[in-house]
Amino acid sequence: MTRIFDPIALLGRSTIAFITVLGELGLFTAAALAGLVRPPYYPRNIGRAFADIGFFSLPVVAMTAVFTGMVLALQTYTGFARFDAQSAIASVVVLSLTRELGPVLAGLMVAGRVGSAMAAEIGTMRVTDQIDALTTLATDPIRYLVTPRLLAGVIALPLLVLIADILGVAGGTLVATLRFGFNVSDYLRQTLQHLHGMDVASGLIKSAVFGFVIALMGCFFGYRSRGGAQGVGAATTSAVVAASILILGLDYVLTQAFFTI
Amino acid sequence: MTQNSAKISIQGLSKSFGSKKVLDGLDLEIATGTSLVVIGGSGTGKSVLLKCILGLIEPDAGRILIDGEDVLTAPPERARALRDQIGMLFQNGALFDSESVWENVTFGLLARKRISRTDARARAISVLAQVGLTEQVADLSPAELSGGMQKRVALARAIAADPAILFFDEPTTGLDPIMGAVIDGLIVDCVKRLGSTSIAITHDMASAARIGDAIAMLFDGKIIWQGPPTAVMASGNEFVDQFTHGRRDGPIQMALRR
Repeated sequence: MTRIFDPIALLGRSTIAFITVLGELGLFTAAALAGLVRPPYYPRNIGRAFADIGFFSLPVVAMTAVFTGMVLALQTYTGFARFDAQSAIASVVVLSLTRELGPVLAGLMVAGRVGSAMAAEIGTMRVTDQIDALTTLATDPIRYLVTPRLLAGVIALPLLVLIADILGVAGGTLVATLRFGFNVSDYLRQTLQHLHGMDVASGLIKSAVFGFVIALMGCFFGYRSRGGAQGVGAATTSAVVAASILILGLDYVLTQAFFTI
Repeated sequence: MTQNSAKISIQGLSKSFGSKKVLDGLDLEIATGTSLVVIGGSGTGKSVLLKCILGLIEPDAGRILIDGEDVLTAPPERARALRDQIGMLFQNGALFDSESVWENVTFGLLARKRISRTDARARAISVLAQVGLTEQVADLSPAELSGGMQKRVALARAIAADPAILFFDEPTTGLDPIMGAVIDGLIVDCVKRLGSTSIAITHDMASAARIGDAIAMLFDGKIIWQGPPTAVMASGNEFVDQFTHGRRDGPIQMALRR
C-alpha cells in the first residue's frame, strides 16, 4: 500500500508508462506507413475518410475562418489606428491567416470534430471485437483502418486550409470595406501585394503535418481502447487533447523552421 | 489426413496476464471433422484459448499444431495460410457497422480476392439463405437487424469461405432459448455440410449438448475433463458436476476462495 504513494515509485511507473506508449506509437506509425508502400490498398476507405475529414468539416472550418478574418480586421484596425497604420490591415490579415491562424484553427477544429470521431469509431470496433474480426478475415486492421485515414488527413487538411485562407480574407475584406470604408479593389490589391508564395506554402505544409497528427492520434488512441464505453470515452478525450497539444507544439517548431532559418 | 487424425493439437499452452495465469500448460486435441465444445466458468480462459489459436493473442509457451504444423513457429506466410482455414463466430457477432450485410458476409472472400465485387452480392445472398435469411436483409446495415439476425449474419460470414475449421465463441449468448436452439441447429447443419472441425466455447449446457461431439471442461488453466455429451451431466468429476448442475457450493467455489 505504501508503494502506491511512494513519489519515486510513482515517477518511475509514469516514466516507464510514457516510454512504453511512445514505443507503441512508433511501431503503430511504422505499421501504418508501411501500408502506403505495400498493397493491399483500400480506395473506398480513403474516399470515406477524405469525405469525413475534408468535405464534412468544411462548414465548421469555413465559419471559423470567416469570423477569424472579420475579428482580425476589426482588432487590427482599432489597434493600428493608434499609430496611423490602418493601411496595413490587409497585409496583417492575410499573413496572419495564411501563415498561422488558418492552419492552427482549422487543425484544432478538425481535431475536435474528426479526431474524436475516429477514436470513438475505432475504439468501439476494438471493444466489440470488430478489429479481431478483421484479422480473422485476412485483413490487416492497421492497413485497413489507419493508413487510409492518415493519407486522407494529409491530403484533406491542406485543401481545407486553402479554402479557410480565402474565406478568412473575404471576412476581413467584408469588415474593412463595410465597417471602415476601405475600397474593395484597393484592399485586395494590398492583400496580394505583400503576400509571398512561401506564406501560403508554409501554412499548407503545416496543415498537412497537422492532418497527419490528428488522424494518427485518433487512430492510435482508438486502437488501444480497452474496457468498454469508459475506455472508448477516455480514448476520445486523449486523442483530442494529444492532437491539440501536438498541433500547437509542432506549429512553433515548423514556424521556427520556415521563417528563422 | 485420416478421419481420426488431429486437425488441431494444442500442447502445453500457457498464457498469463500480469500475475494472473489464465492458461497453464493446456493440452487438447480435436480430431478432423469433429465438434468439440469447451465449457467453463466466466474468466477461465475459454476465449483466450481461441484467440491464441487465431493468432490474436500471443501465448507465453506451448505449441499449436494445425494439420501437424506449429503455427507459432511456422514462417508468417505459412502461419497465415494455416489460420486462413478458420472461420470465427464472435460472441457479439462483431459485424462491421460501416458495411452492409452482404459486404460483411463476403468480407473475407473479397479480402482474399477469391471473388470479384460484382459476384460477391450473389454469393452473399446464397450464404445468407443457408442461415435462413432472405435477400431482403442483404442491403441492410447490421444495426437494422435484431440480435438473432445479427448472429445469423455473423454465422454466414464465418462459413462464407467454406472453412475447414470453425470457432464459435458463446454462440447463444444474449439470445432467447428458442433463438439459441435455432442458432445451434444452424451451427450443426453448417459444420456437417462443410465437414469442418469445430471448437465452440460456452457455458450454456443445453447448447453444448446440441453442438458437441465431445465436451471438455476448462478450469484453472487446464482441461480437467473430456468426454461425450451424454456423460457430461454425470461425469463423476466433482468440478464438472458442480458446473453442469450449477451448484453454488463445491470445489470450484472453494478454489476461488483460496
